[in-house]
Amino acid sequence: MRATESLPRKGLRHVMADLFRPGGARILARTPDPSPIHGRSRIGAGTGGILPLRVEGLCYRAGAVEVLREVGFTLEKGGPSLIIGPNGAGKSVLLRLLHRLLRPSAGQILWGTPEAARRQAMLFQRPVLLRRSVLANAAYPLRLAGLGRAEAMARARAELAQVGLDGLADRPARRLSGGEQQRLALARAAALQPEVLFLDEPCASLDPAATRAVEEIVQALAARGTKIVMTTHDLGQARRLAAEVLFLHRGRLLEQTPAARFFAGPESAEARAFLRGELLW
Amino acid sequence: MTASDTNCQSGRVQDLASAFATALGLVATADPAVMRILLLSLRVSLTALALAALVGLPLGALLAVARFPGRQAVLVALNALMGLPPVVAGLLIYLLLSRAGPLGPLGLLFTPTAMVIAQAVLIAPILAALSRQVLEGLWEEYAEQLRSFGAGPWRAVPTLLWDGRFALMTVLLAGFGRAAAEVGAVMIVGGNIEGFTRVMTTAIALETSKGDLPLALALGLLLMAIVLAVNALAQGLREAAAERAG
Amino acid sequence: MPILRRVLLAAFLAWAGMATAQERSITVASTTSTEQSGLFSHILPLFTQASGIAVRVVALGTGQALDVGRRGDADVVFVHDRAAEQRFVAEGFGGPRRRVMYNDFVLVGPATDPAGIAGLTDSTAALQRIAVARAPFISRGDRSGTHAAELRLWQMAGVDPVSGRGQWYREVGQGMGPALNTAAAQNAYLLADRGTWLSFRNRQELKILVEGDARLFNQYGVMLVNPQRHPGVKAAEGQRFIDWLVSPAGQAAIAAYKISGEQLFFPNADKPEPGA
Repeated sequence: MRATESLPRKGLRHVMADLFRPGGARILARTPDPSPIHGRSRIGAGTGGILPLRVEGLCYRAGAVEVLREVGFTLEKGGPSLIIGPNGAGKSVLLRLLHRLLRPSAGQILWGTPEAARRQAMLFQRPVLLRRSVLANAAYPLRLAGLGRAEAMARARAELAQVGLDGLADRPARRLSGGEQQRLALARAAALQPEVLFLDEPCASLDPAATRAVEEIVQALAARGTKIVMTTHDLGQARRLAAEVLFLHRGRLLEQTPAARFFAGPESAEARAFLRGELLW
Repeated sequence: MTASDTNCQSGRVQDLASAFATALGLVATADPAVMRILLLSLRVSLTALALAALVGLPLGALLAVARFPGRQAVLVALNALMGLPPVVAGLLIYLLLSRAGPLGPLGLLFTPTAMVIAQAVLIAPILAALSRQVLEGLWEEYAEQLRSFGAGPWRAVPTLLWDGRFALMTVLLAGFGRAAAEVGAVMIVGGNIEGFTRVMTTAIALETSKGDLPLALALGLLLMAIVLAVNALAQGLREAAAERAG
Repeated sequence: MPILRRVLLAAFLAWAGMATAQERSITVASTTSTEQSGLFSHILPLFTQASGIAVRVVALGTGQALDVGRRGDADVVFVHDRAAEQRFVAEGFGGPRRRVMYNDFVLVGPATDPAGIAGLTDSTAALQRIAVARAPFISRGDRSGTHAAELRLWQMAGVDPVSGRGQWYREVGQGMGPALNTAAAQNAYLLADRGTWLSFRNRQELKILVEGDARLFNQYGVMLVNPQRHPGVKAAEGQRFIDWLVSPAGQAAIAAYKISGEQLFFPNADKPEPGA
């Protein structure tokens, strides 16, 4: 069992406030992974981490179209990995393959532990919210994972508080604004305490303020120790969040580079063109 | 002996008017015989609805989420069963429940229970087929997210049933309407026994065959009013609940 | 929540079980003519009061009622087609057959009477005129006692109505009431039992044209379904009902049933069958 020092009760918003205070980041840095749930739960079970993730020779064909070709890389624990590239590069398909929503045509996806499926979560471009209350949405995957009703509700409430939705807990989820919906989806995913969180363009249909709120939550989750793997076509967002960048182009992974180096000067000509804002196809 | 041949010369228009008057009279006086028939109708059809829903809705949800060889054939069969003639269903159940049949020892023929079974058999395929259609759209929306949560088809079924509850209410009402309006099957397996298995539809058929068309029509109006009331009630509940659940 | 669930379950069970409360009862397969004439509503409460046994009547055509008895789905069969009843007994499905009562058939037709049969006392002559005039005639066509009686009359009249099938001879395959409704709508002739005719409301142009012929008498018989064939048959209760029907009390109850002062059925348990 890993250390079970839990996240401070004050909640993520306050933690984030700390984060932006000088020296605040260190508070979070000292906060290890959130507590695994004890008992019969399947959440956070197991001892070894599911990372690193090794991907080898990954191909995906949809009919005659080769969406991904011979993609290989390794994801280590650490800061957010941002998958960028022009539309149609295969970013979303790559995430779905990693999260086992799609089956590869060829290649291997090797996790650190066999039970990796239970220790990851995914956020979609358009949040899929159940036709239930905000609280019931956040509790749903916990109940699914075998948590008792009371415990699931309590944890869901705590997660809602961390994304600032505790006041809306009893509202119908689908009546929330777009930004609130995506924050709820984040809280719901975070409640599962995944080791890896996949995010597929989570801000694509959000306004700047809502985007900012989502980014803050993502940063806080990353600080909590959750490995963020996220696609975006928004270079500004990539600059703000990325620790490393994976650049996809026409189904090929052209480079995997630490963010600072990538934005200073990418190795591939395609990535340079992409950064200059030239249309790539 | 000579028959006192009082010819009923009343025109059809007067018949209609007198049907409305009779219907009002039946309601106003709360005619005990009619009220008993009405209550039995409601009880039989609502119980049949509950039984059919217990089977039909999960089956519909499962067909919405599951992909297996032969699924298309099952869907075709289900849609065909929606058109199962009540008389045929009634006959099959009659042969099953008859003392000479396999379930004869239960002694269920010519009882309200037999009528419940017949109506449930008639409407279960309707509930399954309609709920499958309704829930398939919902599943398209939910599938990726639920799979991401690790929910397989079996676990998705209760989720879809709960989240589709407002649309399913309409499905249930369709089933109830068909059950309450059904006459062929309950006539055969119930026997239209006065005070025991006589329901609104068989009473209407009886009064029609006795030539008392105004009374038959009045009973028909009453039945329509009841079905309307049940629909209105369900619609009201649905809207109140939807207001809260979104 | 669990409490609510339990309450709901209890309510559902109570609701579903309301009518299954067991009482002593028998099922009688009988004919539409006895049920729709209102006879049963009159006499059955008297029997139930005397015996504590409820009687559930399933009203069908005589042929169907006998089939229900053959399958063992009724305890007692109470019908009106002597030949068919004797066959039923001979085949061992039930019996013995007991005479209960009789009434009579009437030839009904439109007041305009295109075949000119009004006032005839010879029913077969009336049928011959209808056939000659090719005037519309509605037949039950449902193997009922009335249908059997009608076919016997045609035979006695020496007419094969089947040649007019689909034209003037129209078989509806339904009960007495629907057949009367059809005849009223088409201004057709038909053979009806007097009981149903008297309680029938939608007569329009129809009236009785021929009655009183001895061949129009209509005998009712009652039989217990053979409990050896069908162990589910409630033999004791069924026999009690039969015994009551032919007892002075039952016979008096039948004689007492009248519509607008007119007696519908004539008890004859102790007398020979008329027209036999």
